[in-house]
Amino acid sequence: MLHPTPTLKETPSQTAGPYVHIGMTPNFCGITGVIDADPGASMLTPDTKGERITITGRVFDGSGAPVGDAVLEIWQADADGAYAAPMGPNSNSRPAFTGWGRQPAGSDGTFVFETIKPGRVAGPDGRPMAPHVSVWIVARGINIGLQTRIYFADEAEANAGDHVLNKIMDPRRRETLVAHRQEGAVPRYVLDIHLQGDRETVFFDI
Amino acid sequence: MTGHFLPGTDGVLFQRDRAWHPPADTPGYKSSTLRAPRHSLLSFGPTRSEMAGPTFGHERLGALDNDLIRNFSQDGGDAIGQRLVVYGQVLDENARPVPGTLVEFWQANAGGRYRHKKEGYVAALDPNFGGFGRAITDAQGFYHFRTVRPGAYPWPNGGNDWRPSHIHFSIFGHAFAQRLITQMYFEGDPMIWQCPIVGTIPDRAAIEQLIARLDRHNTTPMDALAYRFDIVLRGRRSTMFENRLEGN
Ligand SMILES: [Fe+2]
Repeated sequence: MLHPTPTLKETPSQTAGPYVHIGMTPNFCGITGVIDADPGASMLTPDTKGERITITGRVFDGSGAPVGDAVLEIWQADADGAYAAPMGPNSNSRPAFTGWGRQPAGSDGTFVFETIKPGRVAGPDGRPMAPHVSVWIVARGINIGLQTRIYFADEAEANAGDHVLNKIMDPRRRETLVAHRQEGAVPRYVLDIHLQGDRETVFFDI
Repeated sequence: MTGHFLPGTDGVLFQRDRAWHPPADTPGYKSSTLRAPRHSLLSFGPTRSEMAGPTFGHERLGALDNDLIRNFSQDGGDAIGQRLVVYGQVLDENARPVPGTLVEFWQANAGGRYRHKKEGYVAALDPNFGGFGRAITDAQGFYHFRTVRPGAYPWPNGGNDWRPSHIHFSIFGHAFAQRLITQMYFEGDPMIWQCPIVGTIPDRAAIEQLIARLDRHNTTPMDALAYRFDIVLRGRRSTMFENRLEGN
């Protein structure tokens, strides 16, 4: 069996810095007229299938202060548990659901994604993972993008058998990945992200 | 047709070499202190959620998306500054080109000033420079854009810290776990080696990977200098498949 080592080294990461919005959400920071809309700003189209939900929360640093200059991206499966197929460079149609969103945090650290509840995706053991959204966070002071997931508290049975959640031994830490549901015209799932401290979110090396 | 060896197409990603990247907590860069997780990261082999990733084939890029000299022009004129073409190839760790991936870039203007409400540097704004652009890599993984050389700028960290000229890059790849943000520096700039943010990277060889090389052969005569900046994303481990047809 061959296990070749890589021939090149990955380009090292550097912080996104305080002006990340210029490059990732230019319209949000007043650089208008270059592109029509910030990429990933809206995830839903009229053709998107699935339950409309809002995923929201706040990002905090180790002193409990809001991280008002973070940018978050999410990546998720559709309502059937399928990830959007790769789109070639000459694709003519926008998919009904790309599964990818990007939002800047507000000055109080709040992020809001309007999306759909994802379906279950098969895990490496062949069993379905619990519904989840992958999250990537960058900001000034973050030297390499932080990877985590958001799960859904009303999926308790699925969460109990989840491939990743079950790798977190401390139940208190496991809870840092589980958003709580608030009913409404559009249900809201709420989860704060703590970069550091007593309630530090579980981040991944994947 | 037995034991065909596929060089890095089907396997999971190589594990990230965290010692090559900056650690989370880097005291020389003070903003990292309260934003660095203290717990060790949770390791697990990438699942489908991390091996899939967003693609942007449906995005129609505008003709000026990769032209920072013109794409924010208010009066039809060009942005002020040393004119550059920055280009390079996006590869994976197996040295395979990464085609069709979105590359975003942002930077200060020629005076070192960002167009951003948080920016406090006294250098003048250029009315014709926004500082944002993007490109999608071609079939061989190449991107290119036109811009002006960004100025160095001071920032609040130590008493009198200055950033070397740099351009910020965001790259997607094809798997969400390849997602990367980094910064490009310019060959020969002595300020690279006094920068606390550059200094978050422990290995000098890794820093060298962020330094774009002046490329005299690709300068545009009487117009623009060229700098080449190649970007390497995580690659896939090879897997051995049996009874596969050659070329599959
Ligand atoms: Fe910068």
